[in-house]
Amino acid sequence: MNALFFWLFSGGMLLCALAVILNRNAVASALCFTFTIVFMAGLFVMLNAFFLAAVQILVTAGAVMVLFLFIIMLLDITTMEHEPRQKIWMACSLLLALGFVVVVAKTLNATPEGSKSIGPLPTPGAVIVTHTGRVLPLSAMASKPVSTSEADKNDDTHRIGRLLFSTDTRIDPGTGRPLTSYVAPFEITSLLILVATIGVVVLCKQEDRPRPGRREAITHEAPPVEPETVSKH
Amino acid sequence: MEITLNHYLAVAAMLFVIGLLGVIMRRNLLIIYMSLEMMLQAANLTFVAFSRFNNKLDGQVFVFFVITVAAAEVAVGLALIVALYRLKQTTQVQDLTTLKF
Repeated sequence: MNALFFWLFSGGMLLCALAVILNRNAVASALCFTFTIVFMAGLFVMLNAFFLAAVQILVTAGAVMVLFLFIIMLLDITTMEHEPRQKIWMACSLLLALGFVVVVAKTLNATPEGSKSIGPLPTPGAVIVTHTGRVLPLSAMASKPVSTSEADKNDDTHRIGRLLFSTDTRIDPGTGRPLTSYVAPFEITSLLILVATIGVVVLCKQEDRPRPGRREAITHEAPPVEPETVSKH
Repeated sequence: MEITLNHYLAVAAMLFVIGLLGVIMRRNLLIIYMSLEMMLQAANLTFVAFSRFNNKLDGQVFVFFVITVAAAEVAVGLALIVALYRLKQTTQVQDLTTLKF
């Protein structure tokens, strides 16, 4: 049953991905990419990453693709590509891709680790493994008793939240480092988003827009010059 | 047939190659950008697969960060494409030859 779904999702994902790069219409490509992401979310569900599957659909298939489609609409890209690349270029890139696939296949073949099948999820109330490789009882991560049930504690959203936000300041006796260290990266991510937002605003600000007439400037938008200089004219 | 870690890694590698081919072969900037996104998502799939098969959640935390960075990157990149379109009235890479030697 699991195998069937795996082949369904992965096959659909790869077909949609191929459709993305083979379609000559940008809108169709974007829609195919959305389906690629949805199939990938299915694979995430099969890997018990329910939270990431939801985030994937909401953020990538939702927000990012809407942004793409919006830009495609804004730029009005209805013209197809002028001419495809030369044949020799296509052949070289196909060769490159084939080489990459061969290298990956040989590596996967040579790794006995890779043939291990999916293990059981840790049972509720059992141990968790921190990023330093230490095995701790699950209750060790809670700085204070929480009122959720054991089953809640063990679902992946809860565990990711613990890993991300736990401000447990105790030192791991094994490594001498704090138990979790993902709070700082998480905060830095917010800084990154702030920088990206400001960057987009700066990029999209038009410098050389033809100045609107004075009267128009006063009535429609904030005056570009000092009010008293406007009133002189 | 049992699905092993190798199956997931192979699928992710194929997705990555398709993205790479898109970047190399296509000439439309937006499609190239979509293919870049696809390569990032392929990396995400390997992260999640490793995280599940090793029963550690740190991989999933990394995917969380990657999705965040990818979303921010898309916003900035699309703004760049719009700025470029204003300047050159095109999104085809063969028309952007300012840096050509």
